[in-house]
Amino acid sequence: MAETGLVDIHIMGERHRVPDSLTILQAFEHAGYKLVRGVGCRGGFCGACATVYRLPGDYHLKFALACQTRVEPDMQLTMIPFYPANRSSYRLSELKGEAKEVLDLYHEMLRCYGCNTCTKSCPQDIDVLGYVAAIVRGDLAAAADISFDCIMCGLCVSRCPAELVKHNAALLCRRIYGRKLAPKSEHLARRRDEVKAGKFNSDIAVLKKQSKDELKKRYAERDIEPGE
Amino acid sequence: MSYPSNMQDSLNAVVAGRERRMSETFPRATADAKEALLRGFHPDFLADTFAALRIGPNSGDRTPRELALLLEADSTLPKMGTVPPGGQSPFPPTINQSKPDYTCDILIIGGGGAGCSAAIMADNAGAKVMIATKLRLGDANTMMAQGGIQAADKDNDSPAIHYVDVMGGGHFANTPDLVEALVSDAPEAIGWLEDLGAMFDKNADGSMKTIHGGGTSRRRMHTARDYTGAEIMRTLRDEVRSRSDITLLEFSPAVELLTDDKGEVTGAILQNLNLNRYSVVRAKVVIIATGGSGRLHYQGFPTSNHYGATGDGLVLAYRAGAHLAFIDTMQYHPTGAAYPQQILGLLVTEKVRSIGAQLVNSEGNQFIFPLETRDVVASAIIRECSLNKCITTPTAVQAVWLDTPMIEIRRGAGTVKRELPAMVRQFGRHGIDIAKEPMLVYPTLHYQNGGVEIAADCATNVPGLLVAGEASGGVHGRNRLMGNSLLDVVVFGRRAGVAAAKVAKERTGDPQLGLTHVERWRKELAAKGLGSEVKSPLLLPDYTRKSRCPALDH
Ligand SMILES: Cc1cc2nc3c(=O)[nH]c(=O)nc-3n(C[C@H](O)[C@H](O)[C@H](O)COP(=O)(O)OP(=O)(O)OC[C@H]3O[C@@H](n4cnc5c(N)ncnc54)[C@H](O)[C@@H]3O)c2cc1C
Ligand code: SF4
Ligand code: SF4
Ligand code: FES
Repeated sequence: MAETGLVDIHIMGERHRVPDSLTILQAFEHAGYKLVRGVGCRGGFCGACATVYRLPGDYHLKFALACQTRVEPDMQLTMIPFYPANRSSYRLSELKGEAKEVLDLYHEMLRCYGCNTCTKSCPQDIDVLGYVAAIVRGDLAAAADISFDCIMCGLCVSRCPAELVKHNAALLCRRIYGRKLAPKSEHLARRRDEVKAGKFNSDIAVLKKQSKDELKKRYAERDIEPGE
Repeated sequence: MSYPSNMQDSLNAVVAGRERRMSETFPRATADAKEALLRGFHPDFLADTFAALRIGPNSGDRTPRELALLLEADSTLPKMGTVPPGGQSPFPPTINQSKPDYTCDILIIGGGGAGCSAAIMADNAGAKVMIATKLRLGDANTMMAQGGIQAADKDNDSPAIHYVDVMGGGHFANTPDLVEALVSDAPEAIGWLEDLGAMFDKNADGSMKTIHGGGTSRRRMHTARDYTGAEIMRTLRDEVRSRSDITLLEFSPAVELLTDDKGEVTGAILQNLNLNRYSVVRAKVVIIATGGSGRLHYQGFPTSNHYGATGDGLVLAYRAGAHLAFIDTMQYHPTGAAYPQQILGLLVTEKVRSIGAQLVNSEGNQFIFPLETRDVVASAIIRECSLNKCITTPTAVQAVWLDTPMIEIRRGAGTVKRELPAMVRQFGRHGIDIAKEPMLVYPTLHYQNGGVEIAADCATNVPGLLVAGEASGGVHGRNRLMGNSLLDVVVFGRRAGVAAAKVAKERTGDPQLGLTHVERWRKELAAKGLGSEVKSPLLLPDYTRKSRCPALDH
């Protein structure tokens, strides 16, 4: 895994020699680019750095997150700075939480050919076709669960022959699930009411009046709930 | 095995000691021992890496040199009425009072968790809201948070117990009013997020699955697998995008605030990063929600922060006269990835320790109770390295082991994959299976404990200027506990939105737009004999052609 040398890469057709220990994102910077688009978290969480590349002698297009992928010799690279993607307009509070509503808002989901190209292009290894199928058959809980790790990079959209913007539809499923379908938390509801009723105000007022030493003592003596 | 051969001996020692360590509980450090660790090894105590500010409301206060440089710098705007080199002025020499480019009630600078929470609440209150953000909406530290969000909503817990934990974590220096707001609003904040559709981890009966974090006395950390921040951020972002009344400008950082003759904030100047054009926004209230400053790489540390975390909000507010609090303390997360170098500095979430992994030195021994507060754990790791009980990686980074396979042994096969999918993915991409092999870690620059001083309604000492989230200072005192920052951004983001809508209603008439504070600043710079070569805000770190410096490799 240690650095062993330099490799040639091609950024939008131009050759650059970079250390082979770099990620694609770092290689762009090493080559002299100051990135504005195509970069965000630099840690695999935001989906801003979707990248397409090809390797010599291989006709396949490959897909990756630039911040998570190490350079390879003779990579032909380009970034996808922005991919226009359909997003329906809705107000969650006005939805009933029925599976049909997702298909009404994203009716193109029904056009899926089942080719599975989306799954192959996902850098998060998500079973993309799996959650598309769940949306189509109306199982929002499954769609929410399978798509949970989606970072909305849009790579699956760029490859879809049916032009489905599935990551936006999946987000809607997760929001519906979180608000309407997930089992309700009674202790949370109770605590929200208690706080509103001012149940803890006097306890905190006492603490706020304590001297630093009194608080320190209290902190040192607090009992700690065992781990699991 | 994916580790180089020179690490094998140490790796064998970790494996060999595992059975013994399974049953061993390393004692918690006493108050004195903690104090000694911090004073001896925490980066905040390295005096020669700090500078005392020479200008502005915090004159005389010390802060890391890298931040001092920017706080004392000149505005990036050309002098009024001058045309910058290169021809056409990108900045109008005079601000057209009757025709700003945008007019709104509330301008929110920053589109992370705090900015989006504020926008939604202000929109609810009927205010005309605009968000200007540097990168895309949601490209922010909030998106990266993995570990969880605290709230005392279980029956064995209470806001008062949470209060004591927060104060202890912050070394009792926290602003009590802010802590009260934080812990009291916490259950409401979680409920609000859930009403917006965020999916928290739950048991079949609907009760929240909660875990410990460093410094918590109750298991009150709510999680969404290890994508907690992403789950919150994408929910808030989707809600903001659903509200057509909110104007959104991406790739448009604020480069200066606007003020009237009385010094009250009345808007901001934005720079479109794609077109390099400037625009003028008039607002009745401005909320700064620009987050942290990890990308300033204090003391050369690697960072866990997103690309735009360059402390811009602190700079803008400071120049306009806002007082800063706790800017002499930064948080170094104890477990940043130290190997392989492609992920250097990336966060290894505290959840890894919360669910059972131990920190182990090169000899295979534990050296700290895994769930001490972050500053104490980070100091202990630095001490181990100074004692040479560490591994040195091929890129000369020092590190200790975080024994992740213990999680599987303790809690069953498959636990790591289920609880830490993001971590498994990140290390797996580089050939390390963390369910079977330990990780190498070293502290990484993670959080700005301080920021612009605020009151419980997010007001600052400058009228018209509110601040929320990581850009603010006071609530976490001198050290923040895991899970209280996501909570902070939602609680104070919401409060800022509500308070701003109220102020906007009270402020009638069109606010005057001016840059008198910049003129005053420039005079003061000259009077103090300070140069104007350094300009701020920085906007984006300069990594171009620099990726060979280990500290700048991320
Ligand atoms: C890797 C990581 C893991 C974390 N894990 C946890 C955790 O488990 N639990 C927890 O509680 N906390 C955690 N934190 C801390 C927490 O996520 C952040 O402190 C918090 O999300 C900050 O939110 P914010 O809204 O204040 O700032 P951010 O979410 O960082 O948002 C700031 C926004 O302002 C924008 N901006 C910056 N400058 C300008 C400018 N000049 N003009 C316009 N816009 C600008 C940025 O582009 C960004 O959109 C973690 C942080 C990191 C980095
Ligand atoms: S499902 Fe699509 S948008 Fe989501 S991470 Fe995978 S490729 Fe990216
Ligand atoms: S790529 Fe498009 S058409 Fe093919 S399986 Fe995926 S969603 Fe369906
Ligand atoms: S920059 Fe965020 S995923 Fe790569």
